[in-house]
Amino acid sequence: MTLLTSTVGRKILMAITGQLMVLFVIVHMLGNSSIFIPGGINAYAEHLHALPPLVWAFRAVMLGAAAVHILFGIQLSLENRAANAETYAVKNMRRATLSSQSMLYTGLLLLAFLVYHLLHFTVRVTPDIKIGVDSLGRFDVFGMVTNSFSHGIITFIYIAAMVVLFLHLSHGIQSFFQTMGWNNNRTLPVISKIASVAAVILLLGYASIPFLIVTGILKG
Amino acid sequence: MSHDNTMNLTLHVWRQKGPKDTGKFEVYEAKDVSPDQSFLEMLDEVNEDLIKAGKDPIAFDHDCREGICGMCSQVINGLPHGGQDRTTVCQLHMRTFKNGDTIFIEPWRARAFPIVKDLVVDRAGLEGIIQAGGYTSAHTGGVADGNAILIPKDDADYAMDAAECIGCGACVAGCPNGSAMLFTSAKVSQLAVLPQGMAEAARRVCEMTEELQKQGFGNCTNHYECQASCPKGIDVKFIAKLNREYMKALFK
Amino acid sequence: MILDGKCPTGPIEKTWDKHRFDMKLVNPANKRKYKILVVGTGLAGGAAAASLGELGYNVEAFCYQDSPRRAHSIAAQGGINAAKNYPNDGDSIYRLFYDTIKGGDFRAREADVWRLAQVSNNIIDQCVAQGVPFARDYAGYLDNRSFGGAQVSRTFYARGQTGQQLLLGAYSALARQIKAGTVKMFSRTEMLDLIVVDGEAKGITVRDLATGEIRSHVGDAVVLCTGGYVNVFYLSTNAMGCSVTAAWKAHRKGAYFANPCYTQIHPTCIPQHGDKQSKLTLMSESLRNDGRCWVPKRQGDKRAPGEIPEEDRDYYLERKYPSFGNLAPRDIASRAAKEQCDDDRGVGPGGRGVYLDFAASIKRLSEDTIRERYGNLFEMYEKITDENAYKVPMRIYPAPHYSMGGLWVDYNCESNVPGLFVLGEANFSVHGANRLGASALMQGLADGYFVIPYTIANYLAKITPGKVKADNPECKKSVDDVTNDMKKLLSINGKKTVSEFHRELGKLMWNNVGMARSEASCKEAIKKIPEIREEFWKNVNVTGGPGEFNQQLENAGRVADFLEFAELMARDALYRDESCGGHFRVEHQMPDGEAKRDDEKFCHAAAWEFKGTNKEPELHIEPLKFENVHLAIRSYK
Repeated sequence: MTLLTSTVGRKILMAITGQLMVLFVIVHMLGNSSIFIPGGINAYAEHLHALPPLVWAFRAVMLGAAAVHILFGIQLSLENRAANAETYAVKNMRRATLSSQSMLYTGLLLLAFLVYHLLHFTVRVTPDIKIGVDSLGRFDVFGMVTNSFSHGIITFIYIAAMVVLFLHLSHGIQSFFQTMGWNNNRTLPVISKIASVAAVILLLGYASIPFLIVTGILKG
Repeated sequence: MSHDNTMNLTLHVWRQKGPKDTGKFEVYEAKDVSPDQSFLEMLDEVNEDLIKAGKDPIAFDHDCREGICGMCSQVINGLPHGGQDRTTVCQLHMRTFKNGDTIFIEPWRARAFPIVKDLVVDRAGLEGIIQAGGYTSAHTGGVADGNAILIPKDDADYAMDAAECIGCGACVAGCPNGSAMLFTSAKVSQLAVLPQGMAEAARRVCEMTEELQKQGFGNCTNHYECQASCPKGIDVKFIAKLNREYMKALFK
Repeated sequence: MILDGKCPTGPIEKTWDKHRFDMKLVNPANKRKYKILVVGTGLAGGAAAASLGELGYNVEAFCYQDSPRRAHSIAAQGGINAAKNYPNDGDSIYRLFYDTIKGGDFRAREADVWRLAQVSNNIIDQCVAQGVPFARDYAGYLDNRSFGGAQVSRTFYARGQTGQQLLLGAYSALARQIKAGTVKMFSRTEMLDLIVVDGEAKGITVRDLATGEIRSHVGDAVVLCTGGYVNVFYLSTNAMGCSVTAAWKAHRKGAYFANPCYTQIHPTCIPQHGDKQSKLTLMSESLRNDGRCWVPKRQGDKRAPGEIPEEDRDYYLERKYPSFGNLAPRDIASRAAKEQCDDDRGVGPGGRGVYLDFAASIKRLSEDTIRERYGNLFEMYEKITDENAYKVPMRIYPAPHYSMGGLWVDYNCESNVPGLFVLGEANFSVHGANRLGASALMQGLADGYFVIPYTIANYLAKITPGKVKADNPECKKSVDDVTNDMKKLLSINGKKTVSEFHRELGKLMWNNVGMARSEASCKEAIKKIPEIREEFWKNVNVTGGPGEFNQQLENAGRVADFLEFAELMARDALYRDESCGGHFRVEHQMPDGEAKRDDEKFCHAAAWEFKGTNKEPELHIEPLKFENVHLAIRSYK
């Protein structure tokens, strides 16, 4: 199938899988923001896990998307590196950005973070995890999160990871529209701007939680 | 015009005897350069001095010297064609430099562009891409009257914007991935928007992009550095158009 | 000897159709047995190689650039003529024919020009089918503009890059044939000799410019499409690699060179800025549609153009040629510019320039309209001169641009050496003593797409394919000769560079055989050229070795050929004791300074036969008959 081997086909797969994850990241952030409503995040978590088959189906899709995105990402990067093996002694860029040039690295860092994050809050095997139930007998997500983010180092890891996510998405989101062909010379600057704003919102949305917790503004 | 504003420059030029040799930078002084000279005329002078000193002059590709043949190909201070908007090396004039400047001159660098000598590279890869489908299969003779197919001005202009590509390869040289996607997309888009080219549009986009890979060019990851490098300012909207054409072809 | 152009007889409008029927054909199954070598891949060569390949011939194509798409046809800006009469302004095949004959100052063959005008319409259709993005109007119809020497709008264009778009069209057709395997392409390969076996052209010897390898290719016919020779002036609008070499090598092997003194000096080029300049840049003739040429009325007026009021300006073309105005033909416009500058009314540094002013058009049409029409030209002008032509008038001056002369060919585009065909600018056939704007593209494509496919079959049908093999002694001899030439150039180790000799020759030619020639100036050139040539072979310094990429060696070979050719050009200019078109002998002018022909003595093509370096060439004459156009004094008043 040419979709899996061709240069444009794989680019499209990268775009679609990437975009699926962007959508997830957006939803995830909205879910997280329930932490600002008293008891909200515990209620949210309980509702979310009420339908295990749906959860697992969703997880399967995300895992598939991530796998495709990561494998092709690495493969394409390796090819690109081979195609550009001859390096310049002096090279300047006029339009390529830090974000566009560091996609492989930010991607791999995000992968590492993802593994950590899953072990941390999903599998819950890291030593800082505090497991308990809230006053309504629900699993106490809020307590677990505030406990973990009271550790400066964990907060730092999370905020740093969100900066990396920001870098990845500020190229990734607008890139999706270009790859899907939904672009021309008039829309490209607009889409790029909107994508940057979206990436900033995601950064602020995610990073605000550990930040507010570690600074003691958000308390149980 | 005036003689009082000539300048002296230090050039670091990539010298490489042949495709298999290892190259290195040599340092030359360019003296009394007039701001009205073109960059290549400045190199001509350096070469004249080298010949008189019994040394091998710097080899560089050039031909029309009016910015249209696409032969000239140098990365100057890290930017293909010197990084002035819509300007080839041959149209780059010395007035954009200052007395005492140090200038690095390198060839196009990409796996698909092996070095022939010094600043001269082999761009046969681009030929391969066009041969894979960058044409309409019109026979000589026996075609319809030029006005038989009406082409709205906007479409003709769009096609012309794409067709302005001079095939110099700056897009590849500037691309962090060594990709020729802008070059390929310009031809694909030109022919896809015109009725004459539509019949073969699906086959064309598939075969040309496949050839792009075969020739050793990298993949496009939307850095858009190609557009900034292009001496004709070919727009990356044509890459989006190529992607659209590719998707249309997928569902054909 | 009197040469026979083999023109078909009878009513002119039937000649090409009748001739096509009279010519022999090659059976489709037999075509692949014939190998055709096409040298040069510009409009003529690219179109020829693609069309012949498509017909089924086994074609090998050669170009010195790294890609066939870079031939200098690509630099043509303004447009291509065709007698479509889309604007309904009175055009017809006959009018295009008439304009071209008259524009050429009655020094071209009627039948050839008729054929050109006839197939011009097919060319536009062909290019449209290839996807050439010609300018269109809002309804989607093809748009036209006007060019010099015509009172109708018959020029089709693709912004200011018509040559590029037409060449890319031909190149794409060629690419299709390369993919199909019918054409084998040899880029970075320069022809350095013609192989003639038993009086017929059967191959070429080439140098692979990347590796330095010298080898011969044999075939059943050779098609030269190698462009013109105005780089003999050193500074010209041609590409740096354009040379007379391929044509000159063929000339040395017996092909006659016709009318070498017919060179076109283009009126609208950017003036020279200094002595280190390597080339001159053309500003399309189409600019004269909207630009007005003027100089100050007063001699030595050094005021800035904006400070010179209307009444102190001399719009000299409009004054001298009221009916054609700024669209007078090139030779006339160039001479008029030179006249103003000689009269000390030139502008800019050194006083070698005239204004081309767009202020009136910008006022009438808006700056945006002018930008839409000529944006890229204004941009180019600004890059070179650092001046904004929307604000201050352009400065222009004539520069060598095109050669109407070339290898002599008959109506079939075949030279006097059987099997050697010559197309496009390299031959002498249709432009007479002056070419009209937008006609070079027309001729190149006409020859390549619609003439050679027919006429070459007529030759091939008469011969046995593959008769000459690669082991023919002529091939070895040719390779040896070329190898020795290279060795000789490299062994001189003199004190002067190749460019220095080229500059010296160019200056001599420009001063003596340039825009104005006289008996004395031609004689001086004939005396001095052999001196430069002698010094060249004693004192040139060519660095590097033969078996490598060596641009100095390439140039040295080209300049060596220019040094021989220049003498022939000067001799032809001396011989043609009349003024006609681009050939202006100061002895022969009307009281108002226009060119004065001598139809009694010179209504013929002068074709020269090579007799050896430092030997006088032998003259052959082909009389020109005008049966459809009345020989008249050319007037654009």
